[in-house]
Amino acid sequence: MIKNPVKKEQFVKWVLVAFALSSLLFLFLIFIFILFEGLPLFHKIGLKNIIMGSKWAPTKGSFGIFPMIVSSFLVTFGALVIGAPMGLSCAIYLSEYSGKRMKMFLKPALELLAGIPSVVYGFLGVIYIVPLIRNYIGGSGFSLLATSIILGIMILPTIISISFDSLMSVPKTYREGSFAMGATKWQTIYKVIIPAAKSGILASFILGMGRAIGETMAVIMIAGNALRIPTSILDPLRTLTGNIALELAYATGDHRLGLFSTGVVLLVIIMILNYIANFGIKRKM
Amino acid sequence: MRINPRFTNKLVQLGLNFQAFFTVGILVIIVAIICFKGLPYVNFEFIFAYPQDMGRLGGIFPSIAGTILLALLSILFATPLGVGTAIFLTEYTKESIFTKIIRFGVESLAGIPSILYGLFGFIFFVIKLKMGWSLLAGVLTITIMILPTIIRTSEEAIKAVPRNLRIVSYSLSATKWETVTKVVLPSAIPGILTGIMLSVGRAVGETAAVIFTMGSSLRLPTSLMDSGRTMAVHFYILAREGISMEKAYGTALVLVVSILLINVLAYYLMNKAISKYS
Repeated sequence: MIKNPVKKEQFVKWVLVAFALSSLLFLFLIFIFILFEGLPLFHKIGLKNIIMGSKWAPTKGSFGIFPMIVSSFLVTFGALVIGAPMGLSCAIYLSEYSGKRMKMFLKPALELLAGIPSVVYGFLGVIYIVPLIRNYIGGSGFSLLATSIILGIMILPTIISISFDSLMSVPKTYREGSFAMGATKWQTIYKVIIPAAKSGILASFILGMGRAIGETMAVIMIAGNALRIPTSILDPLRTLTGNIALELAYATGDHRLGLFSTGVVLLVIIMILNYIANFGIKRKM
Repeated sequence: MRINPRFTNKLVQLGLNFQAFFTVGILVIIVAIICFKGLPYVNFEFIFAYPQDMGRLGGIFPSIAGTILLALLSILFATPLGVGTAIFLTEYTKESIFTKIIRFGVESLAGIPSILYGLFGFIFFVIKLKMGWSLLAGVLTITIMILPTIIRTSEEAIKAVPRNLRIVSYSLSATKWETVTKVVLPSAIPGILTGIMLSVGRAVGETAAVIFTMGSSLRLPTSLMDSGRTMAVHFYILAREGISMEKAYGTALVLVVSILLINVLAYYLMNKAISKYS
C-alpha cells in the first residue's frame, strides 16, 4: 500500500476519475458497436429503403421496417392514452389529497408495480387481457389494444413518481394564495398547481413513452407480431423491439445486420425522447 | 348552466380517490393471481430439484442458482464502479463541464432500453470478445445496465450526509479519503444499500438483456464461461413455448415474491436513511 498520504490522495483521485469515466466508456461502446453493426446495411440497402420500406424479408434482401416504426409509435401512443390520465390522477391524489400516513403506504405500493418483471406483465396479458378482447370485442385478441393496456399499466410508476415530484415542488404559497382568493381545492389544482408543474408532468409522459417504446418481452407476448401496419386497434402488430428479440437468437449474416439497423433506429428515437424529457425536468428545477 | 364549484370539487376528489385505489388494486390483483395460481405448485422439491424434460417436470433449482449468481456477481462489479463514481461526483469535484458530461452519460445509460443492452452484450461480449453465451457475458451486460441506478442513489445518499461531519473530520486533520471512507460512507450506507437492492431487483426481473448474453441453458452454471438461465428467462420460455403452465405459475410465484421482498427491503432501508438526518 502507498504510505505517503499526499501520494495516496492523488492515487485515489485518479482511480475515482477512472471509475467516473467508465460510464462514458460504456455508453460509447454501446453506441459504437450498435452503429458499427447497424450502419453498413443503411449504406448497402439505402436509408430510405430501410426506414420507409414496408417489406421485412431479411433472408431475401428486403429490410423495410416502416411498419414496425409505425407500430412502435402506435403502442407508445396507446400506452400514453391509458397510462397518462391514470398516472397523473394518482400523482395528484398523492400530492394534494392523501394524508401523510396514506402517502407512506401508497407511494411504495405504486413503486412496487415497477418491480414486477415485464415477462410477468406479458404472461398475465396473454392469460387475461387477450381472451377478454377476443371474446367480447373481436379479433384474435393479440392486438394493439391489448398491448396498449399492458404498456399503459407498465408506465404508471414512471409517470406517477415524476409527476408527483414535480407537483410537490410547487411552492406552498401558490396554494395558499389561491385558497385565499376563495378557490376550491380542485380549482386550485387545475388552474394553479398543474400549470406550475407542467414541464415536469410533460417530462414524466415523455419518459413513460421512452419506457413503452423500449419495452420488449411483454410486447412480443401480446402484440401478435404480424408484419404489417395495423388498420384497427384489434390488429396484431410487431414493434422495433419485438423484431430484434424475436429473430436475434437465430439470425446470421445480413439478417443479423438488419436487426442491428432496427436497433440503430430504436436508439435514435430513445435518445431524442430522453433529451426532450431531461430538458423538461431541468427547466423545472 | 353553471355547476357549483363545490360540487365539482367533491366529485373530483371522489374520482381521484377511486383512481388511486384502482391503481393499487392492479398491483394487488397481479400479486394475488400469481400467488393463488402458483402456490399449489411450489414446494420444497420445486425449489431444490433439477428440471426434467425441458422443465415439464421437476424443479427450478438451476434457474434459482443462475439468478442469484447473475445478481450477486453484477453487484460485485457495479457497486465499486457506481459508488466510486458517486464519490467522485460529490466529494472530489465542483460542478463543471466534466461532471456535466459524466452525468449526461449516466442519464443516457439509464434511458437505454434493456433490449439494446441485450443487442450490445450479444455483439460485444458474446461475439467480438468470444465469450459465447455465458454467465460472464450476462454479468458484464447487467453490470452496465444497473450502474446508473447505483450511481444516482449513492450520490443522493452521500449528498444527504451533513456538511458538519466532514468539517469535523477535516479539523481533526483527516485527509479527504479518510473523511470519505471513515465518516461519509458509513453514514451513507443505508442509502447506498437501497440502490444496490433496487439493482438486484432489476437484475432478477430482467429477461431481454439476459437471454441474449447468458443464453438459456437449463444446466447449473459451474464456471463463468457456462451458459445458464435465470428464473425470468425460465418463466418466459415455459410460458411462451407452452411447456408447462403449472411450472410457469410456480416459477412466476418464486420470481415475483423474491422481487417484492427485495424491493420492500430497499424501501425499508430508504426510510431508515431518510429518518437518520431529518
